[in-house]
Amino acid sequence: MADIAETIATPKPAPTPKIKWEAVTDHAILIAGALFMLLPVLATFTTSSHDPVTIHREGLQLAIGDQMGTNFDKALFEKGGFTDNVNGITMLMNSFILGIGFAVGKIVIGMMAAYAIVYFRLRFATFAFWIIFTTLLLPLEVRILPSYEVIQSMGLTNTYTGLILPLIASATATFFFRQFFRSVPEELVEAARIDGAGPVKFFIDILIPLSRTMIAALFIIMFVFGWNQYLWPTLITTDENLFTLVRGIRQIIQVYSDGNSIPEYGQAMALAIIAMLPPVLIVVFFQNWFVKGLTESDK
Amino acid sequence: MARVSLENIRKVYPNGAEAVHPSSFDIEQGELIVLVGPSGCGKSTLLRMVAGLETITEGTLTIGDRVVNDVDPADRDIAMVFQNYALYPHMTVYKNMAYGLKNRGLPKTEIDAKVREAAEMLSLTEYIDRRPSQLSGGQRQRVAMGRAIVRSPELFLFDEPLSNLDAKLRNQMRIEIRALQRRIGVTAMYVTHDQIEAMTMADRIIVLNAGRIEQIGTPSDIYNQPASTFVASFMGAPPMNLLPASYNGNGVATIAGGSEVKVSTSGSYQGGVQLGVRPENVSLSPTDRANPLTFELDLIEELGASRLLHGRLAGHSFVVNAPNDADIPDGSIFLDIPQEAVHLFATDTGKRIN
Amino acid sequence: MKRAGFAQPWLPILLLIPQLTIIMIFFYWPAGYAIQSSFYLQDPFGFGSSFVGFENYSDIFSSGEYRKVAWFTVVYTFLVTFLSLSLALLLAVKADKVIRGARTYRTLLMWVYAVAPPVAGLMGVMLFDQSAGPLTEFLGFFGWDFKLGVNYNDTATAMVVVAVWKQVPVNFIFFLSGLQSIPRSVREAAMIDNRSGTRRFWDITFPLLAPTAFFLLIINITYALFDTFGVIDTLVKGEPGNNPMTLVYKVFIDGFRGNDLGGSSAQSVVLMVLVLALTVFQFRLLERRIHYT
Repeated sequence: MADIAETIATPKPAPTPKIKWEAVTDHAILIAGALFMLLPVLATFTTSSHDPVTIHREGLQLAIGDQMGTNFDKALFEKGGFTDNVNGITMLMNSFILGIGFAVGKIVIGMMAAYAIVYFRLRFATFAFWIIFTTLLLPLEVRILPSYEVIQSMGLTNTYTGLILPLIASATATFFFRQFFRSVPEELVEAARIDGAGPVKFFIDILIPLSRTMIAALFIIMFVFGWNQYLWPTLITTDENLFTLVRGIRQIIQVYSDGNSIPEYGQAMALAIIAMLPPVLIVVFFQNWFVKGLTESDK
Repeated sequence: MARVSLENIRKVYPNGAEAVHPSSFDIEQGELIVLVGPSGCGKSTLLRMVAGLETITEGTLTIGDRVVNDVDPADRDIAMVFQNYALYPHMTVYKNMAYGLKNRGLPKTEIDAKVREAAEMLSLTEYIDRRPSQLSGGQRQRVAMGRAIVRSPELFLFDEPLSNLDAKLRNQMRIEIRALQRRIGVTAMYVTHDQIEAMTMADRIIVLNAGRIEQIGTPSDIYNQPASTFVASFMGAPPMNLLPASYNGNGVATIAGGSEVKVSTSGSYQGGVQLGVRPENVSLSPTDRANPLTFELDLIEELGASRLLHGRLAGHSFVVNAPNDADIPDGSIFLDIPQEAVHLFATDTGKRIN
Repeated sequence: MKRAGFAQPWLPILLLIPQLTIIMIFFYWPAGYAIQSSFYLQDPFGFGSSFVGFENYSDIFSSGEYRKVAWFTVVYTFLVTFLSLSLALLLAVKADKVIRGARTYRTLLMWVYAVAPPVAGLMGVMLFDQSAGPLTEFLGFFGWDFKLGVNYNDTATAMVVVAVWKQVPVNFIFFLSGLQSIPRSVREAAMIDNRSGTRRFWDITFPLLAPTAFFLLIINITYALFDTFGVIDTLVKGEPGNNPMTLVYKVFIDGFRGNDLGGSSAQSVVLMVLVLALTVFQFRLLERRIHYT
């Protein structure tokens, strides 16, 4: 019967697709949304290619000007700030130290703790669990002043340690890995034990390789989180050599609000672009990992 | 309850893949037709086109006396039971069943009567206020059925509804669904990859392979007169033995590297064939005769009611289903293949020739 | 704990020590210190402090300014949460629906996640600049004389806009993943049961998104309360003056500008209680109603 059907079927011309207005509306809404997200950054980018006088007179520029190279060059290499001893490169490096240091520290510490909680028979496991997970409840912002006092009394202001460690003092990564470890099939530990692997071997040979995507996902989220820190670096670093890019934004704003001379708008915009470029690129290029990490970490 | 007609229905996906080649068949009023085939054969696509969940690339679909190609699924007067039941997790059993009726503007009292009647029929009355998550797999399956029944649609669609159940429950539900469909007399289209489900439930079976219809027929047609090697090997468990052979066009086929077998045929085909014999149609021959079919036994599989003998016939792997009281000799075993049990398929096309 | 857990006694303790040390020093100590200093009055010149009981708290609650800030925080949190959630939901529903370009839209709508709040604030400052900001000019076209940093309501508007812009991506990602986790067959069953797409959304899709939406509600409240610090600080250019501010910003201002350790600590404690209440509420409600499985 199929054969007959096939021979009868005369090839009709492909039906002209009807315009589906619903689909058009959907795309229109999405494009509007995308533009809403994109335009401010685009305007910042184009503006960063103009000289300060133009920007001062005419505001944000929507066309590319001829000062792009100069502005980015100045933003990266010209010393600025109050004491003229910090340039963009130094801040960029500090941002990377904060972002990577924070992400790595958090992942290493969190993984170790989660491993201890999930895979060991521990008498005070429940207690440790609550001690650790209470920290999820209170963000650094609510205990900012006492934290500052504590760091100051330890003499850790203006150090990378003082900058990074207090940010690590929350259990997001531990919680994330705990959830993941619990989803690892039980048989795996049993098989490993039968194969003669002790806890250290199991952790290094099996659990860590198994967690690779999770680690990558969490690294991206934590890197972005660390890179974008603002309040804590603002408080803890007064030495300009320790400024991160995001911390540097505060300096730009202050120059901006002075209003005595024409501020270096173009340079400021260039610095803003540099400050958002690394985390944005990471999120865009690794978006599958990033989305997975974000949506699976829900508390 | 209506007659359903598919005329040259075809599905081509935007990426150019032709999931369903132009296919035509009718479903008679009150008939249960089963679409069966391996995964990816286009059976679900075909069903989803009938449901309106996939667009029809070409062809005409008629339900009752309406052409419904461009009709919204909600307006086709169909009901569908999904593989994973697709119950609304946030609604109770009652609301799950009532939802479709409510949207069609039925008065509350009528909805209530219909839902309670269906719940009664499916022994769901005591679970009526539970959420799907509080039900067992079999109960969820019943709710999915109930949701379809209350609508009293023109056409019932089943998309592998039993594949998520365990074996015992599956057998039970198979019978229940069949009985229910008979009782309400609704036209139904049922998709499965399980050939036993197809054989036991269908009025007629449509066997699909790679987007084409291989054969349409009653279960007994399909079993006794498979139209192609594909149908022959897909339907029946254990599957039909297929041996390479040649046919002289005159009632005798010769198994490659072996002996001759008598065949009843009316065709005039001559040349290479696949010779098919169902394991259950072969009997052990007590005596050595002229022109023997010698079977070398490798392994016996005990099934309880019978035994499967796995071995080789003229060097080709071959299975015999022997009654469990049969005497299995130690040495060579000789087989008897009745003339009427031999199926011949042309080697090049795979089509039946006798 | 796993059934087949290891029994070594010292290894787990070694593994836990780094985490516990950091938490003790940088979490529990400051938190305890906050609670303690909230009962003391700090000498402004740094010469010791004296116990004052609940005076810092009663000062807070009787202060008209604190109440004004609290009220602004409530309105601000509500607006940011509501607007960013609804905008993100709309975009996620559309992005889930379209076939062509779905991935591109996803990228375009989520990358802003990676932009730091103060950078967003800086862009806000430029866009709403009083003399040359394009948005100021645009609003001026409608007769709205927008004065960022001068007019209370205008500044508040800018804060909301920037905070929403920054938060839409997170909500979008969660809503989209929530939508994609609704089984396709459930939506198809709904298509057979109901002709109207809008009705299907409210009857089926939205209730199934409720767990996601509720989770996001908490996330967004926390965001508006705490993470918008960078946005606010940049938009008021570090000089709050008569501009609106949130409770967290006030903790910072009172503590670091006003050198009022006691008052600031008491405010911190109030915020801690608020967050705890929010979390308890989240767990209770989550357990009770929203989960279907």
